[in-house]
Amino acid sequence: MVNPGTVSCEQVWREISNYVDGDVDAALRSSMDEHFRTCKRCASVLAGTRNVVALYGDERMLEVPAGFGRRLEKRLAKGPVVTGSVWSSLSAWLVPMAAMIVIAGGMVVTSSLTHGHFFKSQHAVPAKDIPPDMVVVVSSGAKLFHVPGCEFIHDKASERTLTAKEAMQEGYVPCPRCLRQYLKTGLTRESGSGSAYAEAEGEPEGELSVAGH
Amino acid sequence: MSEPEMVLNNPVQVATREQDLIQSVQRGQHELFYELVRPYERRVYAAALAILRNEHDAEDAAQEAMLKAFANIRQFRAEARFSTWLIQITVNESLMRRRRERTVPMEGLDNRREEESEYAPRDFADWREIPSEALERKEVRQRLAEALGTLDRKYREVFMLRDMEHLNIQETAEALGITVASVKTRLLRARLMLRDLLAAGWEQGWFSRLPFEKGTKPW
Repeated sequence: MVNPGTVSCEQVWREISNYVDGDVDAALRSSMDEHFRTCKRCASVLAGTRNVVALYGDERMLEVPAGFGRRLEKRLAKGPVVTGSVWSSLSAWLVPMAAMIVIAGGMVVTSSLTHGHFFKSQHAVPAKDIPPDMVVVVSSGAKLFHVPGCEFIHDKASERTLTAKEAMQEGYVPCPRCLRQYLKTGLTRESGSGSAYAEAEGEPEGELSVAGH
Repeated sequence: MSEPEMVLNNPVQVATREQDLIQSVQRGQHELFYELVRPYERRVYAAALAILRNEHDAEDAAQEAMLKAFANIRQFRAEARFSTWLIQITVNESLMRRRRERTVPMEGLDNRREEESEYAPRDFADWREIPSEALERKEVRQRLAEALGTLDRKYREVFMLRDMEHLNIQETAEALGITVASVKTRLLRARLMLRDLLAAGWEQGWFSRLPFEKGTKPW
């Protein structure tokens, strides 16, 4: 606890940056305020520090070279091709590779539908027409994949981001709340009584509602 | 006013628009990436310049950072601010280049001792505020940039990320891989040194032709 009026010039200089940032406790602020009223030198240091923060914080201080945006746009238009890096060959094989992954993913899903036990839950329902590149999240111990931010994600601490395609390849199925539109709903009740998804995530059965995303 | 202009005037709508753009790019609409990063061109460039101190290298590093952000956009998580994520990539790219090129001498023990010691700001008899309107003048900006350029690297980097890029203390610490306490110490030193340098510049007539000189004596 600092008593008002007892703070020295050296203490003021040590804390002046935190003071400007509003990062000092009320007692110290009060002491420093009192000090500034009576010490011309420290008042000058405070004003100068504030001036520095205001001047350099002004957007006009940051100038980009002429044509920067145009050159950036050009490089982006070429794709992420960076000289001497892994990106240089990326675009050449990315499309065929993606096609192969889609085909392979499709085969795995088909296979799992035919033979039963590929999904993490034997009652799980596959996705329908889900964009393969959609960013989704999964967590350890769970069986569903979700849209990032879904409130039904189990164990958010172990969350992992991947694409829908990758999630399906790993055996995850869509969350019936946040990805309901991609479910093959006709199959939902075929696997037995009750909700397959309630079983999949170990939740009690009940009306499935779509969480607001 | 056209619809895009109206959107840009409302911070909530700007944030929503940014979120929409991020999601669109993540889903494959790559042509929208430039629109997403355009508002941050200045900041990305300045972050690179703070570390590399060479305009050509800074532009190259800034653009490379943007390309890396583009390539890794799917890894961006909504919990972080997009601008912070972008600046972090830029800082990493710039630090990597600096390490690779070794153009800046390593800091010695003397610097560390200096950081730990107290800094006493100079006492100026006649030190006046420089109003922000003065920044309209290129020579003023040049003087301020020169003053900043005289700071030791470790002070300049912290100052630029914190006071020019407006990262918070924690973000600055994470970007540079240093402790919060070090950020605060270096920031204090940087601000006081700049205050002293600008005051000295005033005495040397750097800002002598500024229109506010006559009759204004803020302190």
